Amino acid sequence: MLTALMTAPVFAETSDKIEQYQLNMTRGVTDISAGVYDMHMLMFIICVVIGAGVFIAMFISMYFHRKSRGAKPANFHESVKVEIAWTVIPFIILIFMAVPAMNLLIDMEDASEPDVSILVTGSQWKWHYKYMDNDVEYYSKMATQAEQISGKLPKNNNYLLEVDRPLVIPTGQKVRFLITSDDVIHSWWVPDFGFKQDANPGFINDAWTKVNEPGVYRGQCAELCGKDHGFMPIVVIAKEPAEYDKWISEQQAIQEQAKAEEQRLLAMNMTMDEAMDMGEKIYNANCAACHMPNGEGLPGVFPALKGSQIAIADQPKHIDILLNGVTGTAMQAYAKQLTMSEIAAVVTYERNAWGNDTGDLVQAKDINSAINGQ
Amino acid sequence: MSEQSTQSKNSKMVIKLLVIVVGMFGFGFALVPLYDVLCDALGINGKTSNTAALYESVEIDESRLVTVDFITRTNTGMPWEFRAETRQVKVHPGQLNQVDFYVKNTAVTDIVGQAVPSVSPGPAALYMNKTECFCFEQQKLHAGEEMLMPMKFYVDPQLPENITYFTVQYTLYNVTATADVVAMN
Amino acid sequence: MTTATDSTHIDDHHDDDHHDHHIPPGIKRWLYTTNHKDIGTLYLWFAFIMFLTGGAMAMVIRAELFQPGLQIVDPNFFNQMTTVHGLIMVFGAVMPAFTGLANWLVPMMIGAPDMALPRMNNWSFWILPFAFAILLASLFMEGGGPAFGWTFYAPLSTTYSNDGTALFVFAVHIMGASSIMGAINVIVTIFNMRAPGMTWMKMPLFVWTWLITAFLLIAVMPVLAGAVTMVLTDKFFGTSFFDAAGGGDPVMFQHIFWFFGHPEVYIMILPAFGIISAIVPTFARKRLFGYASMVYATASIALLSFIVWAHHMFTTGMPVAAELFFMFATMLISVPTGVKVFNWVATMWRGSMTFEVPMLFAIAFIVLFTIGGLSGLMLAIVPVDFQYHDTYFVVAHFHYVLVTGAIFSIMAAVYYWLPKWTGKMFHIGLAKWHFWCSLVSVNVLFFPMHFVGLAGMPRRIPDYALQFADFNKWISIGGFAFGLSQLIFLALLIKACKKQGEPVSDQVWEGAEGLEWEIPSPAPYHSFETPPVVK
Repeated sequence: MLTALMTAPVFAETSDKIEQYQLNMTRGVTDISAGVYDMHMLMFIICVVIGAGVFIAMFISMYFHRKSRGAKPANFHESVKVEIAWTVIPFIILIFMAVPAMNLLIDMEDASEPDVSILVTGSQWKWHYKYMDNDVEYYSKMATQAEQISGKLPKNNNYLLEVDRPLVIPTGQKVRFLITSDDVIHSWWVPDFGFKQDANPGFINDAWTKVNEPGVYRGQCAELCGKDHGFMPIVVIAKEPAEYDKWISEQQAIQEQAKAEEQRLLAMNMTMDEAMDMGEKIYNANCAACHMPNGEGLPGVFPALKGSQIAIADQPKHIDILLNGVTGTAMQAYAKQLTMSEIAAVVTYERNAWGNDTGDLVQAKDINSAINGQ
Repeated sequence: MSEQSTQSKNSKMVIKLLVIVVGMFGFGFALVPLYDVLCDALGINGKTSNTAALYESVEIDESRLVTVDFITRTNTGMPWEFRAETRQVKVHPGQLNQVDFYVKNTAVTDIVGQAVPSVSPGPAALYMNKTECFCFEQQKLHAGEEMLMPMKFYVDPQLPENITYFTVQYTLYNVTATADVVAMN
Repeated sequence: MTTATDSTHIDDHHDDDHHDHHIPPGIKRWLYTTNHKDIGTLYLWFAFIMFLTGGAMAMVIRAELFQPGLQIVDPNFFNQMTTVHGLIMVFGAVMPAFTGLANWLVPMMIGAPDMALPRMNNWSFWILPFAFAILLASLFMEGGGPAFGWTFYAPLSTTYSNDGTALFVFAVHIMGASSIMGAINVIVTIFNMRAPGMTWMKMPLFVWTWLITAFLLIAVMPVLAGAVTMVLTDKFFGTSFFDAAGGGDPVMFQHIFWFFGHPEVYIMILPAFGIISAIVPTFARKRLFGYASMVYATASIALLSFIVWAHHMFTTGMPVAAELFFMFATMLISVPTGVKVFNWVATMWRGSMTFEVPMLFAIAFIVLFTIGGLSGLMLAIVPVDFQYHDTYFVVAHFHYVLVTGAIFSIMAAVYYWLPKWTGKMFHIGLAKWHFWCSLVSVNVLFFPMHFVGLAGMPRRIPDYALQFADFNKWISIGGFAFGLSQLIFLALLIKACKKQGEPVSDQVWEGAEGLEWEIPSPAPYHSFETPPVVK
C-alpha cells in the first residue's frame, strides 16, 4: 500500500507514438547531445564520401578494365609518390575529424559546481537514485508486466521502457550524476542526454547534463549485467525548476510520512492471510526474477527457496539475508528497498509457500528488532 | 643445410619464442602493479593513495575555496550504519582538515569492514592527500559496537584551477570471511 | 617419396613421417598425422564445423529476437548463447580456419617440404576439439555455460558467475595453448624453411601477414591466459585482482582483457589481408600494387594494435588525456588500413579482370570490409562513442569486419586454393549460388543493425522496445537466410572432398603466380622434396 502511495503521483504513462524505422541517432535534448549528433553526422558524411570514392574507383575498373571488354593489363605496380599521397591525405582528413572531436570532449568535461547532485547506483537489475541535497532516495524498477513480456497481454507503447518511479530532474540546471554500482558493472544511458557512463562497483564516475526541454526521456542499462540486463530501463522526467522544487518537497514529505507509517505499523500485527497476500505480491515483484515464481531458483545460478534449510528452519538467518544481502552474490540488501512490514510479509510468504509449510508468521516488529541488532 | 643444423636452429628458435610466451604471461600479471602505478600517476578511476601522506610545510592557498563532498555507502551484505558527520566541507588548498565518520555494527555478530575510497572527478584524486584514514586498514566492530572514525586530509595546492568541486566516496565492504587471510599479508 | 632420396633436404626431417612411405589407413591417418596438408585439412574442417555450431547459436539468438517479447529461450540461456557464439566464432571458427590455411599454404608458398615442427603441429590441432568439447559440455551442466559475454568482464565472470566458469577458464587455456603452438610453428617454418632465394621481400603477402599475426599471437595469447587465470583465482581461490573490497579494480580487468583483445582483432584480419592480396592480382592479371607498402602497412597495423586497447573502454571513466590518446592512436590505424584498400583498388585499376568465385568474394570483402572499417573510424571518436558504445552499431561494425571481412576472406581462400588441394574444380554453379545468397543475406542481416544501434538498441539484450521491432524482423530473416546459405557451401565442400569435378591444370587460374601453382594439382602429399629455386 505504501509503495502504491509513493508510486502513484509520479507514474507517467505517456502515449507518444512509437517511431518505427528510426534510422539515425537522436539529436537529443541537451546542447551536448546536439554537439554529439553534429559530430556524428560530420563523421558519417566524411566516411560516406571516402567510401564512395573507393567504391566508384573500384566499379569503374571493374566495368572498364574487364577482360571480356578486351582490357589488357597495365604494367605499373609501384609508385612511391602515390603511396605517400594516400598516406598523407587521409592523415590530414583525420586531423579535421580529431580537432572538433577533441573540443567536444573537453566541453563534456565540466568540473564546475552543479545545481543538483544525484547518486545513481546500479544493482541487479534496478537503479537507485539518491538526491544528495534533499534526503530523497528511492529505487527505480521496470514497470512492464511479466504478462506483456510473455505475450499474454498486448505490449503497450513503452514496452520495456517504463519504470515504477522515474528520476525527476529540473530543466535548465546543471544536474550531476555520480554513478556507481552495488554488484556488477552497469552502464547508465539515456540517448537524449548524449552520453553513457559505466557504473563500476566500488568506484564513482561522474557525468552531467543540462536538459533544455521538459519531457520524459527513456534509456536502458548498456553494459551486460547478468540475466535481466535487458530489463533495466531508465526513465527521466525533466520538469520546470518550480515544478521540480514542488516535486522534491512532496517527496520529502512522502518519505517522512512513510517512515511515520512504518513506525505505526510496527505496533500492528498482520494475519496469516494478509501477510501471505502481501508477501506474494512483493515476492513476485522483487524476488521472482532470480528465485523464480515457483521458488525453485535456477539450479547452479540462483538457489531454490522451496525446501531450503534457511527458509524452513533458520528464521534469524532468513531475516538477516533479506535485510543485508549476501556478500559476493547477487542477493541484495532489502533493508532500504522494502518497508519492515513488507519484509515481514515476504519472509512469511517464503516460509509458507510452495510446500514450505512452517506456519511461521513474521511481524514487522520482528524485523525491527533484527535491524536494531536484538 | 645438414640435418643437425636445421634441427638445432629450429629448437633454438622454439626456445626463444617460448621465452617470449612465458615473458608475456608474466607481463599479464605485471600489468596489475603497473596499473596501480599508472592509477596513482594519472588518477585513473579516482583512486586515492592507500598510504598516509605527510603534512609538512604545505603552503595554504587562501585565495580559493574548494568544495569537498562526502558520500558513504555500505555494500551488499554489510549491516553497518555508516555516515559522514560532515557531508560537505569548503577548504583552502593546503589546509589540514578533519572529517569524522560514524559507524555502528547493527548485526549480532562481530564484523570486519574495509572502506574503499573513490574520488570523482578522477583527476582530483591526485590532489586529495590523506594523512590519516580509516580506509588504510580494516576495521573490526563487535556486535552492536559503534565508533567515530577520523579522516584527516588536505587538498594539494597544486590542484588545477578548473577543479573547484569534487566528491569523495567511501564504500564499506564486509570482509569478515577473508579478513584473516588479508591480516596475514 | 622414395624417389626423393636424391634430395639432401629430406634428411632434415628424419624422424617424422617422411620415412613412413605409405599413409596409414582410416582414422589413424588423421590422429597420428604430422603432414601439414592433413593437419591443414583437419583445421579447416574443424573450423567449418565450429562455424556451423556457432552459427546455430546465432540462429537461436535471432529466433528469440525475431519479435519483441520472450518466446523461445529464457534470458539466462540467451546470455549463454551470445557468449558461446562469440567464443566459438573467434576461437573455434576464424582462428583455426586461418591456422588451417597457414598449414596448407605456408610450406607450399615458401618452397618447404612441410612445417618445421610437425609433431607440435599434430598436438596443436588435436587439443582443440577437447577445448571446445569442454566449453560446449558446460552448456549442459547445472547452471549452464558461461553467460557473461565473450569479453567476460569481472565481476560478472568472477563473483557473480556460476561454477561452470572453471570449465570456461580451462577451455580458454587449451585454446590459447593451441594457438601459441600453431604460431610458434608458423614463425619457425618461415624463418628456417624458406627455399633458397626466397628472400624476405619476395615472400607472398599471405606469408608475411601470417608471420606478423603469429608474433601477435605469441605476444597476446599469454596475456589472455593470465587474465583467465586471474578470473579463476578471484572466483575460487580468494584473490582480489578485480574486487574493490580486497583492493582490486574491476576496470583493470578490462585493461588486461583488451590488451589481449585488440591485437586479437588484428589476428583475425591480417591473414585476410594476405589472402585478398593474393587473389586480386590473379584475377586482375596484374602485379599487386605497392607490395613493399603492404608489408610496412601490415607491420604498422600490428604495432599500433598494442596502443589502442582502451578505445573499447571510453565509458569506463578514464581521464580526458587518456581518452584523447587512445582516440588519436585508433584513428591513426585507419591510415595503414586505408593504404591497403587503396593498393587493392590500384591493383584492379587498368587490369584485365575476370570474376571467378574467389574474386567475387575478394571484391565483396574489399567493399564490405571498407564499410566496417569506416564505421570503426566513427567508433574511435570518443564523444560520439559515448552514444555508439555497447549498441547494435558496434555489433554491426564488428560483424562487418569479421563476417564479411575475415569469414569472406576465408571463403575466398577456400575457393581459390581448393582446386589445387583436390585437383578438381569445385562445382561453380553451387559456388555462385553460395556467393550471391551469402552476399544478399549478410547485408540484410547486418546493415539494419547500424540503424537499430543508432536508434538506441543496446547489445546483448534478449528482448527490446517496440520501436526496434520491424528492423529486428528483417535482421532475423537475413540471419536465417545467411545460415541456410552456408549449407550450400557444405554441399559444395562435400562434393569437393569426394574429388568430384573437372580436373584442373597446375596453374589452375590464368594469372595465378607463386610457388604453390608450380607443383602438380592436386598438390602431392609432400610439397617440395627438392627445394625450388626462386628467381
